[in-house]
Amino acid sequence: MATAELKIASDTHHDEHDHEHHGNFWTNYVFSQDHKVIAKQFLITGIFWALIGGAMSVIFRLQLGFPNATVEWLKPLLGDWITADGKIDPEFYLALVTMHGTIMVFFVLTAGLSGTFSNYLIPLQIGARDMASGFMNMLSYWFFFVSSVIMFSSIFIETGPASGSWVIYPPLSALPQAMSGSGLGMTLWLASMALFIVSTLLGGINYITTVINMRTNGMSFSRLPLTIWAFFLTATIGLLSFPVLLSAALLLIFDRHFGTSFYLSEIYINGEALPNQGGSPILFQHLFWFLGHPEVYIVLLPALGITSEVISTNSRKPIFGYKAMIGSMIGISVLSFVVWAHHMFVTGMNPFLGSVFTLLTLVIAIPSAVKVFNYMTTLWGGNIKFTTGMLFSIGLVSFFISGGLTGLFVGNSAVDIQLHDTYFVVAHFHLVMGSATFFGLLAGVYHWFPKMFGRMMNEKLGYIHFWLSFAGVYLVFFPLHYIGIAGFPRRYYSFTNFNAFNDFTDLNMLVSIAAIITFGAQLIFVFNFFYSIFRGRLASLNPWGSNTLEWTTPRFPGHGNWPGEIPTVYRWPYDYSKPGAKEDFIMQNVPYSETPESNTPEENELIKLELSNDDLIIQAGEETPKKQNDQDNTQEHN
Amino acid sequence: MFGILLAAGIILVIGILIMMFRLEVLVDIVKRKSGKPGHSNKINAFLFMAFGIVGVVWILWYSWAEFDRYNLPLASKHGAETDELFWITTAITGVVFIITNILLFYFSFKYQHQEGKRAKFYPHNNKLELIWTVLPAIALAVLISKGLIVWGDIMEKAPDDAEVIEVMGYQFAWDVRYPGKDNSFGDYDFRLIDGSNLFGLDLEDDNSYDDFSALEIHIPKGKTVLVNIRARDVLHSFYLPHFRVKMDAVPGMQTHFKFEATKTTAEMRAELNDPEFNYELACAEICGRGHFSMRKIVVVDELEDYEKWKAQQKAWLKLNPDYLSKVPAAKREAAIIKAGITKEELNASL
Repeated sequence: MATAELKIASDTHHDEHDHEHHGNFWTNYVFSQDHKVIAKQFLITGIFWALIGGAMSVIFRLQLGFPNATVEWLKPLLGDWITADGKIDPEFYLALVTMHGTIMVFFVLTAGLSGTFSNYLIPLQIGARDMASGFMNMLSYWFFFVSSVIMFSSIFIETGPASGSWVIYPPLSALPQAMSGSGLGMTLWLASMALFIVSTLLGGINYITTVINMRTNGMSFSRLPLTIWAFFLTATIGLLSFPVLLSAALLLIFDRHFGTSFYLSEIYINGEALPNQGGSPILFQHLFWFLGHPEVYIVLLPALGITSEVISTNSRKPIFGYKAMIGSMIGISVLSFVVWAHHMFVTGMNPFLGSVFTLLTLVIAIPSAVKVFNYMTTLWGGNIKFTTGMLFSIGLVSFFISGGLTGLFVGNSAVDIQLHDTYFVVAHFHLVMGSATFFGLLAGVYHWFPKMFGRMMNEKLGYIHFWLSFAGVYLVFFPLHYIGIAGFPRRYYSFTNFNAFNDFTDLNMLVSIAAIITFGAQLIFVFNFFYSIFRGRLASLNPWGSNTLEWTTPRFPGHGNWPGEIPTVYRWPYDYSKPGAKEDFIMQNVPYSETPESNTPEENELIKLELSNDDLIIQAGEETPKKQNDQDNTQEHN
Repeated sequence: MFGILLAAGIILVIGILIMMFRLEVLVDIVKRKSGKPGHSNKINAFLFMAFGIVGVVWILWYSWAEFDRYNLPLASKHGAETDELFWITTAITGVVFIITNILLFYFSFKYQHQEGKRAKFYPHNNKLELIWTVLPAIALAVLISKGLIVWGDIMEKAPDDAEVIEVMGYQFAWDVRYPGKDNSFGDYDFRLIDGSNLFGLDLEDDNSYDDFSALEIHIPKGKTVLVNIRARDVLHSFYLPHFRVKMDAVPGMQTHFKFEATKTTAEMRAELNDPEFNYELACAEICGRGHFSMRKIVVVDELEDYEKWKAQQKAWLKLNPDYLSKVPAAKREAAIIKAGITKEELNASL
């Protein structure tokens, strides 16, 4: 079976080689089927969206931090969304919050992260020439692109983009008469998300198939880098949960346009009683969060995988507890499907369910804690090089701790009664999911930039970027805990109407200033990124002294990744600072027979097997594509 | 003019920054670093340690100094339990937060790169991993068991003698309904809602004649209050911050929350030394443009004052005698008596 698929895969390669060599701009850079190009397309689209989403948060933070200031100067940009007295329109404020959430969660941290690094790293780290289906992979990006175009266009329509928050709870999102954003804006939101889900599924199927079927000789699952484990599990979660969101969205589309009553019942709005009866808004919430909660791990796991790799490499130490790391990721993945209703403790759901979901939710803290302790032990006794990627990885661990711990508050139903939908929740998930994942994304960009573009990013600018972002993120989100404990609800345009919430103007101002600085720091990154693509210092083949296979490719890996044979893998990816070894790293493609000085007795046993490597592989039933690859390469050289 | 100056200033600053950046890059090339971490490695390691210490000190100081500002006064019985659980959780997580973050930064500092040093090859230790699987599990068991007990108490069915009120959310306000002297609510139907009949009271039901609404929500102290919560357009959330009460209002479905107030409005005013103080009801679920303005005042009275207040309230039908026409003819006489409508009011409405 595997052989057959591989043949198909390599056949397509031959076809593409012809294209590639004589290829034109369109097939090479736009409608490319090369995973590396697609990864860069995802990355650059992701950066674009991150800037839009970040800028939106700065605008609504202006309103929250400086409620009395006028923002007349934004009029050229926002037009009629600035009211006559120079304020942001309250409904536009909600639209900004909604679009910020949607963009960041889906377009940046899902597509921008998984799309970039699953695409880029899976074939390179498992030793494959490309994804299982380059064509589906290309479709995945272009569905995302069309989805992006639709979402982007919704910002410019007269009634404004969707504004019922990123969770789009009906009836608010179902009734255009409830708010203007629920009109055309919501229609575009739903269309865009439907396409987005198609894109995610196309990508996910590819990632899973590639990891299962296309690993090189010797790359068993127990030798996979943790990045690949993370991408593999992420894609699996996505494949199981995104279709549920699609169904939720479809039912909502039916309610909006075809008069069904899945989510609507007994509604009187704008002087009119609607005919819908018997539906349940709670049903939507169940469907939404059945994706929505796994989605948290869909964004977080790849970031944790990247961090494992970066921390291990730059501590010059094996990742501590490799198997425990895999086990905890599997644990998190499974549990992520049975905790969704902790978002719904006070929605009127049966209280018994609240008890069940409290229990399951807090259990998920155990694998998370194991991961944190393992990261810390990896640092312990290391010989740490603070590359920019390493700085962002350590930052991620810190956010993961700080934000994860507050999960024990909001995951406990009794405590959640007070904290639900307050700024405490905002602080919690922005740290643990938003900022931690964002830092993982940045760590990945800094770490793999030399492989992606053959040049180094500027380290000094990277340091400035990191320290401004790290301090900035804490200054933005830590104070929000206090505001949340004081009971301030989320998604409030202003707090002047309530005596209970008429405080903390100082903290809110601090948060807003920190948000502006943090956003500004990202512009340093953008400059560094684009500048370094063209003018960065040339990268050496393995600038970080890393073990994984992507660093065995040439400086500019061509189509098919390795000019010659795909390297065979003989060991796990974390042989850093092995006692006795000449250097402080031994790459995965170095056989034990070449490293007698550092082998353990068990590893010496493996040498015999290495010598009869081909036999071993065939015995193990994993038919080798080796010969075929040779042919492939000869053709390539011709 | 100011705008032009500002723009020129910004361009100048950016220009200077770019020049500095180019200069730095050129110096870098001249020095031609060998790829070995140098001075900046030490700086980063130091910054981590400094960041950790400054951060923890700042957080501890702020949490201590500003406690009264962020700690919302409490006025309900079950709130004491959830607050206690909150502070237990804070104590446990606070200790873990400080220890793990400081260790993270300390390890980064202590194990920074040193030329000629080799990292410790330490791939795993089953005993350690077992310990840090079990320890969090124990701490979590404590939090879960306490949490489930408290949650169970709060969500338990309300006692039969509880004071029942109904609160309805709509864009963008709250309305409250009391059952009146007969202690039972009249039926409602969303199709009967109009500009005056906000609740959609069904006037064919005898129980509806003495139901009354009020501008402020009054509840008694020291007696369980059961709030039936509903919404008539989109989702809202019934949120009483001082009572630690929150429950969504869902169109098409009634939700409930029971609680017992422990301090009257007057007592709280005295305690906070703020004669202006009022308990407030807010909306905690995004519901549209006016989400941030769905305020209603809640007044907690001593039980006898509460009964007195209730006795003074006028039935909705009495305030809207026009709606008598919707009462079936056979029941009209009884309705007039039950709602306490006087002759004059009756004549005025005709």
